[in-house]
Amino acid sequence: MNSTLILDLIYLIGSVTFIMGLQMLSKPESARKGNLIAAVGMTIAILGTIFLRNSVAPVIYGLLFGAIAIGGIIGWMVAKKVKMTAMPQLVSLFNGMGGACAALISVIEFTPHIGNFKALITVMAGMVIGSVSFAGSMIAFLKLNGNMKKDLRLPMYNLINNLILLVILALACYVIYSASGTEHGEHLFRYALLTFALALFYGIMFVFPIGGADMPVVISLLNSFTGLAAAAGGFLYHNQVMLTGGIMVGSAGTLLTVAMCKGMNRSLTNVIFGAFGSGGATVTAGTGSPTGGSVKDISVSDTAILMNYCKKIIIVPGYGLAVAQAQHVMHELESLLEERGVDVKYAIHPVAGRMPGHMNVLLAESNVDYGKLVEMENINPEFETTDVVFVVGANDVVNPAAKTNPNSPIFGMPILEVEKAKSIIINKRSMNAGYAGIDNELFYNPKTSMLFGDAKKVITDLVAELKTM
Amino acid sequence: MEQLFAFLEAHMQMLFMLILMIFVGIEVISHVPSVLHTPLMSGANAIHGVVIVGAMLVLLNADPNNIATLVLGFVAVVLGTLNVVGGFVVTDRMLEMFKKKPAPKK
Repeated sequence: MNSTLILDLIYLIGSVTFIMGLQMLSKPESARKGNLIAAVGMTIAILGTIFLRNSVAPVIYGLLFGAIAIGGIIGWMVAKKVKMTAMPQLVSLFNGMGGACAALISVIEFTPHIGNFKALITVMAGMVIGSVSFAGSMIAFLKLNGNMKKDLRLPMYNLINNLILLVILALACYVIYSASGTEHGEHLFRYALLTFALALFYGIMFVFPIGGADMPVVISLLNSFTGLAAAAGGFLYHNQVMLTGGIMVGSAGTLLTVAMCKGMNRSLTNVIFGAFGSGGATVTAGTGSPTGGSVKDISVSDTAILMNYCKKIIIVPGYGLAVAQAQHVMHELESLLEERGVDVKYAIHPVAGRMPGHMNVLLAESNVDYGKLVEMENINPEFETTDVVFVVGANDVVNPAAKTNPNSPIFGMPILEVEKAKSIIINKRSMNAGYAGIDNELFYNPKTSMLFGDAKKVITDLVAELKTM
Repeated sequence: MEQLFAFLEAHMQMLFMLILMIFVGIEVISHVPSVLHTPLMSGANAIHGVVIVGAMLVLLNADPNNIATLVLGFVAVVLGTLNVVGGFVVTDRMLEMFKKKPAPKK
């Protein structure tokens, strides 16, 4: 058997593991195994590519193994060390690396393929898509990491962005057309590099105006972009595993992006062109009490008494809980209440945390029983029979304005209907508006009591108070 | 236009795969519960790290005297490895938390 055939078979196995892995990743019981299977397939594909081809100069092997060692060690360390709350930006960072990799391949492969129309199409496609994905992911990373707070927005940014995109496309077409008709198109490399630079610029401009709340959707979209860039490489090298892996991520990523948008009841175009997340802030923030009511305080000991003597509590965790690193002590509170016969559940909004599923990951980290996390559709009918709702560090996902106020920027977003419960306790650090920057009339509801303070400290005090009872 | 036809002809097999894989990708994750959105995105992120194979091919096919290609290829492989290794490890860390817990004490 010749090694080309074996390599092809290995790529086939790789493709199958990617499909199986992705499928298993979409079920909670098998997800971890699925990830492992895809990783094994990837390893086989990488090893096969190195060892089943004609041997090359030692210097090249040295560079190859050196690069894999450097990337592998850094990637491993960063991924192991990062805090769970920083997960979204890390995914964005790694996604950007993949995009940059695809773009670099295209930069290298341009000159050798001058005169070859078929190859140039894929080279330019990989270059443009890869650089947009890279630059966009870096901006998303900086935004989520808190290095870039402002959503800088030029006037008519949509028009400007679309113009840049048109210029990029026109330039790419020109480069492909002129470089494929000649054998001596070396001078055209400059234009290819210009396209490359413009695509990077477009990636920045594309993510810049999008508000932080929409960043997960953007990352998911850029994720599928990188998949497409990898698939373009698959075309170029006639490499099946790159094509299957890339395209599958491209289509699955697009579907996932749409699913995330649905969770927020918004369309993808609205996310990209609507630039919500800060636009609404200027409209409604700082209007004070919309219903004219006043805010009621509650002390830690009163909260403890209330919780100790009720039958059913639903906890609504938000990003604030994670930022305060209060998920562990929250679990302690939950176990303590359970011991005393209180029924405790967690209500998980589809976009709780910073990413769909993010809150589940955070709570699972602190050993909260998987069965206690209830998704929005299933928990909403339960609020009516609930004695106390404890909202920790969440705001927009419980804002009734999403149902009642058509002018609100979050109008139409499905919310947790906590206002149906007998009493509501909201833990917040201050009266500041939530991530979407809008006021919440729930705070002024007569049934609502505010428990101000840092989530971790407040819950720790609560646990201590409960233990004395 | 003729060139475009030539392109399609040369890549017919790949095109078949492309179209079929689009459907596979959609089908495979169509019933994912929202709790798994983040790990799934992260897992998909690791899988598109397969672009590293392209970066490796660049290096393996490179002329050992062409410094520019060697340097760029080296960087591309580093970036690709970051994507693959980091992606899979992060996904594993997220999913580690979903494993079955011992029954909660009543």
